[in-house]
Amino acid sequence: MDKYKKEKLKSRASWTAAFFFAFIWLLVTGLPFVFMVLNSFKGQFEMLKKGVFQLPDSWYPENYIHVMKKGFTQYFFNSVILLAISLALLLFISACASYPLSRMQFKLRKPIYALIIACMSIPIHVTLIPVFKMSTKLKIYDTLWGLVGPNVAFAIPVSCFILTTFMQTIPREVEESAEIDGCGKFRNFFEIILPLSKTGLSTLAIYNGVAIWNEFSFANTLTQSKKSQTLPLAISAFQGEHSMNIPVIMAVLVLTVLPMIIMFIILQDKLVKGIMAGAVKG
Amino acid sequence: MINRKEKKRSLSQSRQRTTRIAAAVFLSPVIIIMLVYIVYPIISTFEISLYDWNGISANRAFVGTSNWKVLLNDRNFWAAFKNNVILVICSILIQIPLGILLATFLDAGGRKFNFFKVVWFLPLLMSSVAIGFLFSYALATTGGIVTTISQALGGGKVDLLGRAPQALYAVIGVIAWQYTPFYMVYFMAGYSSIGTEIYEATIIDGATRGQYFRYVALPLLLPVVRTACILSLIGSLKYFDLIYVMTGGGPGTATELMATYMYKLSFSHFKMGYGSTVAAGMFILVTGIALTIQNLLKKRGELV
Repeated sequence: MDKYKKEKLKSRASWTAAFFFAFIWLLVTGLPFVFMVLNSFKGQFEMLKKGVFQLPDSWYPENYIHVMKKGFTQYFFNSVILLAISLALLLFISACASYPLSRMQFKLRKPIYALIIACMSIPIHVTLIPVFKMSTKLKIYDTLWGLVGPNVAFAIPVSCFILTTFMQTIPREVEESAEIDGCGKFRNFFEIILPLSKTGLSTLAIYNGVAIWNEFSFANTLTQSKKSQTLPLAISAFQGEHSMNIPVIMAVLVLTVLPMIIMFIILQDKLVKGIMAGAVKG
Repeated sequence: MINRKEKKRSLSQSRQRTTRIAAAVFLSPVIIIMLVYIVYPIISTFEISLYDWNGISANRAFVGTSNWKVLLNDRNFWAAFKNNVILVICSILIQIPLGILLATFLDAGGRKFNFFKVVWFLPLLMSSVAIGFLFSYALATTGGIVTTISQALGGGKVDLLGRAPQALYAVIGVIAWQYTPFYMVYFMAGYSSIGTEIYEATIIDGATRGQYFRYVALPLLLPVVRTACILSLIGSLKYFDLIYVMTGGGPGTATELMATYMYKLSFSHFKMGYGSTVAAGMFILVTGIALTIQNLLKKRGELV
């Protein structure tokens, strides 16, 4: 009895400690977001005069309206278009590559797979100068099209890894029976394997979607004008114009994360699963 | 008889051939894109590293290995490399233990703790650039979060990003803020792969939760921890966005990393020849370290 009591006490103590720690981390994670949202509603001098954690005088979204008027939507749509094109291309070609890598027997299968996976650890900066040179030569410098290639290329390794692992789990019999019925490799892929890989593909779309949406290095190097710049660059563009007006920049920050947070709320479990899938091997 | 055997062989041969052709067709788009955007640029970077070139003019001077000699004695580059190494060590020591703690808490609490999970996850949705800008204001000496808290507690202004030694650690703290949720999710996946049966069996056998964690969960999580360390290692060696935005490598070279150094040389000072040398050096160091560590772990049979 005594021992039981002691243990209960001990467990209560450790839960208290755990909650204490959990709340501290909640503050560490949450405060910067609170800081961002609160100040995005303030005026330029209001923020400096009053403390940064005071509520704003009014919740009228003046800064947001200003940011929208100053061309934020252009950046936003550039990001959306780039995301759509890159994802569509990426999903299709990685599905194509994962099919033979997971379900066919040929000599070079293992070395090719190993090489693709090995590219995961390559720093993108080693390709930056030649890709920059190539884009100016091909006249795709400062266009959205110039960003599709690098975005897709560096997402291929992890995508092939996730999809190959996924396709290995589809039972072989499905394909074999189709083959006996006279189905060729190509019809097999489009009519059987691709539809059965929907879950894997959606995981992949989410995992790479976040990365492409937030990509900075290539966008910063390969574009220079508003007509082709994406959201991560919008922040520095607005900062260049309003470096003293912190609340305006906070409004831009809120607007760039908002789509991701909305997506997270809608797709919460899938998003977490997507990140798990991408992290399994690295 | 012979005829039939031949026919059989040619049938299997022709089947192999169709497989090979199909595989080639399916693989070709990926291989072409990777050749164009990854393999060719890497080779080209090594080639440009032998020239003195500003990136704009058509003529460039071949200088042989002299860029490489400069690189070997370039204090700034090795200072940047040292910062990368500090970042690797701190990231592994901060993010991974924190990630394990947070995941353990969420695993123990289940669905009840969903609120914690959602808030803790948030930094992962923000781009490095946005985080960089947010924290350059949040850590500012006037009107920053840390200064505000310090003043509320009776302290003075806190200058985190302005001076040399603490700037690097402030930035490392922000990077930890950004990536801890990633490892949290990662270890949550590890916990869910252990499964509830093992936990139940341990508890029925009379173990406490602490004992379950220490003697059952942690050993089972060990392979996951190792891969997490490798991920963190590679990520920290390549790190760029946030530091580029937040401090630009400064003050001085206090927060300079290999990637930011390479970027500034090439695209601000237009020394593309030497910038390529730095990039190539970085490539050799990163892949070299990654391969060595992976092989070491493989030899000990600890990494599949």
